[in-house]
Amino acid sequence: MNKPASSPSLSPDMARTIYRKAYLINRTDERFRAMLTNGELAVAYYPVRGHEVIAAAAMAALETEDYLVTTYRGLHDALAKGIPSRLLWAEFAGKRTGTCKGKGGPMHITHPETGVMVTTGIVGSGIPIANGLAMSSQIRGENRVAVASFGDGASNIGAFHEALNMASVWKLPVIFLCQNNQYAEHTTLAAGTSVSSIAERAAGYGMPGVSCDGLDPASVYEAMSEAVSRARAGDGPTLLEARTFRLLGHIFGADYSYVPKEDLSAAEERASMAKLRQWISERQVSEAELTQIEQEADAEIEEAVAFALESELPDPDEIRFDIYETEQAA
Amino acid sequence: MSAEKMSFAQALNAALDDAMADDENVIMLGEDVADEQGGGVFKVSKGLSDKYGTKRVRSTPISEQAIIGAAVGAAITGMRPVAEIMLMNFITVAMDQLVNHAAKLRFMSGGQTNVPLVVRTTTGAGVGFGGQHSDMLEAWFAHVPGIKIATASNPADAYGLMRSAIDDEDPTILIENITHYGMTGPAAKPGYRVPLGKAAIVREGGDVTLITYGRGVGDCLKAAGQLADEGIEAEVIDLRTVSPWDEEAVLSSVAKTKRAVIVHEAVRPFGAGAEISSRIHEELFGELAGPVQRVASYPSPVPFAKPLETAFLYSVADIVHAAQQATEKKV
Repeated sequence: MNKPASSPSLSPDMARTIYRKAYLINRTDERFRAMLTNGELAVAYYPVRGHEVIAAAAMAALETEDYLVTTYRGLHDALAKGIPSRLLWAEFAGKRTGTCKGKGGPMHITHPETGVMVTTGIVGSGIPIANGLAMSSQIRGENRVAVASFGDGASNIGAFHEALNMASVWKLPVIFLCQNNQYAEHTTLAAGTSVSSIAERAAGYGMPGVSCDGLDPASVYEAMSEAVSRARAGDGPTLLEARTFRLLGHIFGADYSYVPKEDLSAAEERASMAKLRQWISERQVSEAELTQIEQEADAEIEEAVAFALESELPDPDEIRFDIYETEQAA
Repeated sequence: MSAEKMSFAQALNAALDDAMADDENVIMLGEDVADEQGGGVFKVSKGLSDKYGTKRVRSTPISEQAIIGAAVGAAITGMRPVAEIMLMNFITVAMDQLVNHAAKLRFMSGGQTNVPLVVRTTTGAGVGFGGQHSDMLEAWFAHVPGIKIATASNPADAYGLMRSAIDDEDPTILIENITHYGMTGPAAKPGYRVPLGKAAIVREGGDVTLITYGRGVGDCLKAAGQLADEGIEAEVIDLRTVSPWDEEAVLSSVAKTKRAVIVHEAVRPFGAGAEISSRIHEELFGELAGPVQRVASYPSPVPFAKPLETAFLYSVADIVHAAQQATEKKV
């Protein structure tokens, strides 16, 4: 198992990009939870606190046309891949102006223009679908790669095994990005998983398994860039594990008392946004630039919230459309 | 139709060949489908990987979830995958991909993506394969909005349904009856299409309507012959597509005959016959000469030993008997 060392080689431009994405994710998650708390919105939401850097740095290593399949805990992936905030917010609010006309909701975000092809609510199910996206690229001779983003819990379901084996046999241009947050719903990694590092499982499929620090932008970016290069070169898939810690409950509002207090406070310290900001500022990104990034992201969120709240709900008659190509009878 | 004869397997092979020649987005994947592995367990894909290459005709690991998942992923990029699930019972392994993904992605994405996927699969009782290689599971999929399911009763329709399913922008499951592969019939002309959702009236009659699909069509035609000897003229409808089914064709025939018998190989409880019967009663209750009859298989797992397998499957005599009952109170 390779462990890329954190290196100072990340360019200032890339550091800025990663910070912009991570900050936007962090503030969007926070704002969304605040709206759930005060009753402005009422939807099932799976918080992404602790996953900001993984999504920001991993998606920064991709092109817009590269494919992504993510999961119900996917706000961070969706934003990092580039879905405009207003479309995402409107979909989260179930409005007709959302990415999916309000038909998908937070668990089923799709936005092909930015490569977000499927968001699944079924643990592990996106992994075989990412193979199909990669197979399409391979057959057509395109340079696109596909990324399947999933959690540590998903590596215990059969779809993971079938998909990684097939991807390896066919040398598909796909990256299996496992965001290991140490918890599968309420079950710890140790209690439910036979290995302590998901990357170890790659050996069983004859593909590289890489583990990186999901709270270190350079570690994630470099590991992801290497996996992307391997896929584009036709050298096949990579299982890339990015280690983090889920800082909130499985679903918004759920009990979280099963997490040991000392583990949580240690993780909160490691995942603090102030620490990330400090780290970025040491990469030739000025205070003025950081402030500008933050102000722009804050404005983007405010505009998106207003758009989502002002937008109309879908017309009930809309139910007849998009079941099949041809509309159904009323 | 031309005068030329073709077997069911040849018709399917020709449909796949013609579709692959017409559109390079058409690809195939499944267990042993490439020529190196024999061109499919029933030779339906024979010669196709030699002709179109193993990039487009891919033998897969024994991994049904991965097969359908890969097909779904390719389909949402605009390819037209034809995935083979060797036997219909194996589709249970891939239910998540079919039901939660293939069927729903168009809707859940608000129409941004769609899944032009065809799943070929075979099944059928009567050949001694027992409980896990013989089930007819069409009703499960008929209960899932977003997916289509069809099955042919003759080689020309097999060609035409395959071409239409590949053209279609939505996921379609095509069931091939395991007893049908050697059946010969008039060959379809290249490019022939059988529209999805359209039934065929394969025999006209005014006394009772026999509604069926797949293997039931041949059995209903045999029964209709016997009934004709008794002076009962049966109309036989081959639904061809089980979902969405051709309500208009069925209701207009039953409005004429006032009597209906639904015949399918799948077990009776909660089968396709229950929905069809219910719709006939809802629409034509006052006009019916009697209740709609159902002929279907006995609700047990498909047995192995011949006498048990025979007890499981409906018979032509059962169809004749049901039609006689339906026409008892002749008006």
